[in-house]
Amino acid sequence: MPRITFIEPGGLRRVIDAPIGISLMEAAVQNGVQGIIALCGGACACGTCHVYVDAAWFVRLEPREEMEEGTLECAWQPRDNSRLSCQIQLTADLDGLEVTVPQRQGAM
Amino acid sequence: MISTIVVVGGGQAGAQAVDTLRREGFAGRLLLICDEPALPYQRPPLSKKYLSGELTAERLPFRHRAFYDEHRIELKLGSRAVALDPRAHRVDLDNGEALTYDRLLLCLGATARRLTCAGADLAGLHYLRTVADVTLIRAAIKPGSRVAIIGGGYIGLETAATCRHMGCEVTVLELADRVMNRVVAPCVSEFFEKEHRAQGIHILCNMQVTRIEGAGRVERVICADGSETAADALIVGVGAMATTALASDAGLACDNGILVDEYCRTQDEAIFAAGDCTNHPSPRFGRRVRIESVDNAFEQAKTAALNLLDRKVAHDRVPWFWSDQFDSKLLIAGLSQDYDRQVLRGEPASRSFSVCYLKGEELIAVEAINHSKDYMAARKLIADRARMNLAKMANPNLALKEAVAEPA
Repeated sequence: MPRITFIEPGGLRRVIDAPIGISLMEAAVQNGVQGIIALCGGACACGTCHVYVDAAWFVRLEPREEMEEGTLECAWQPRDNSRLSCQIQLTADLDGLEVTVPQRQGAM
Repeated sequence: MISTIVVVGGGQAGAQAVDTLRREGFAGRLLLICDEPALPYQRPPLSKKYLSGELTAERLPFRHRAFYDEHRIELKLGSRAVALDPRAHRVDLDNGEALTYDRLLLCLGATARRLTCAGADLAGLHYLRTVADVTLIRAAIKPGSRVAIIGGGYIGLETAATCRHMGCEVTVLELADRVMNRVVAPCVSEFFEKEHRAQGIHILCNMQVTRIEGAGRVERVICADGSETAADALIVGVGAMATTALASDAGLACDNGILVDEYCRTQDEAIFAAGDCTNHPSPRFGRRVRIESVDNAFEQAKTAALNLLDRKVAHDRVPWFWSDQFDSKLLIAGLSQDYDRQVLRGEPASRSFSVCYLKGEELIAVEAINHSKDYMAARKLIADRARMNLAKMANPNLALKEAVAEPA
């Protein structure tokens, strides 16, 4: 079980032991991580599961695909290390992953 | 003093409302009445990855049970609210239990519209609204099964794509002259019809179903033109109706949904409603609307929760919708009624394009096909009531957000 840390908008660190095979978004939603809304359930259609990935981890993830790029471009305050957490599948290799949840979600 | 809030309905809206109520500090007794036996779950995957088996049942719930326990949310699973007495502030459940409330939130959702023709009661005819519906469908089909689908809307087409992906022989029978005719432009319908046909699905338009035949179970669908479509399983996706009986039987005004104001209040000051079951004013679009979408259920439920706690917040959002069919994604922002003109950005042949709807110079809706950038930009532009420069907008190489008109 990879251990994932979410830093919530209020600054709270939420540490979750998540099963492999689900997405980072699902791990967040099922555990009620504040600020991850994920309305579309992982269809890359809402831009409400945006996270900033810790730089050391960002380069170790599978790269963003075009739909994700397009969604992130108009999300709230995208950065170079932005990802949609629904597009990140959890694997054993991601043990220790740390992400920060933005202050807001959605089309901005 | 509000000491007990009862939320009826465990769909997207009900599940969100209890969440928001607790996050916003409501510390009293909080009950969520769910007529289905499962923990509140997401419906969008039902016609897609849950039907195909890619997503298992334990991945459907919004939250683990621990979340409800931790937040002292009393779940009444498999319980149906059968009567409401607004004077006594009481809801009766089918198990005989009576619950009294200080405030009540109705998140009753929508119910699949039923077929009424001869043979509509045959075994082998399915609707697709709940996990239980999909469990039955999955048991009824296997690779090679002949699946007939009545209705070429979101449910019909998503289900068609999934069944085809699972190896079934699929025929879609649509009443109108094109698929998704109520929600998208003709060129978008044409794009999806081509996608489906390229995958081997038979899409037949202008087909009025007159009866279903079979010896004890569905064998064929007969249409007004005399044609017969053989079927091992029949799935009906002909729209949904607001679920309102609990409210209307209690004397609350309903007209294509439970009538609420922008604060999600019904006529009764202690009763609120949110989600697919409501008919609500849209200040943004200047009329009353009833919207069936995850987004509206979520946003309206959040707003209703705040109003339940006497924080006056109006529900006024730009609706959005999506549909996944094979590897194409339809993304819609806004409502496309009452427009003056359509502008096509890009070419359907490129498999990534969008149709923008303008009222005067104002952008009111966008249908984006495999084009998340235009869609996300549109959600912001529509909310901002942006006025657009037509010439710039028609250039697909220019980002939509760069096509805003210069201030006059």
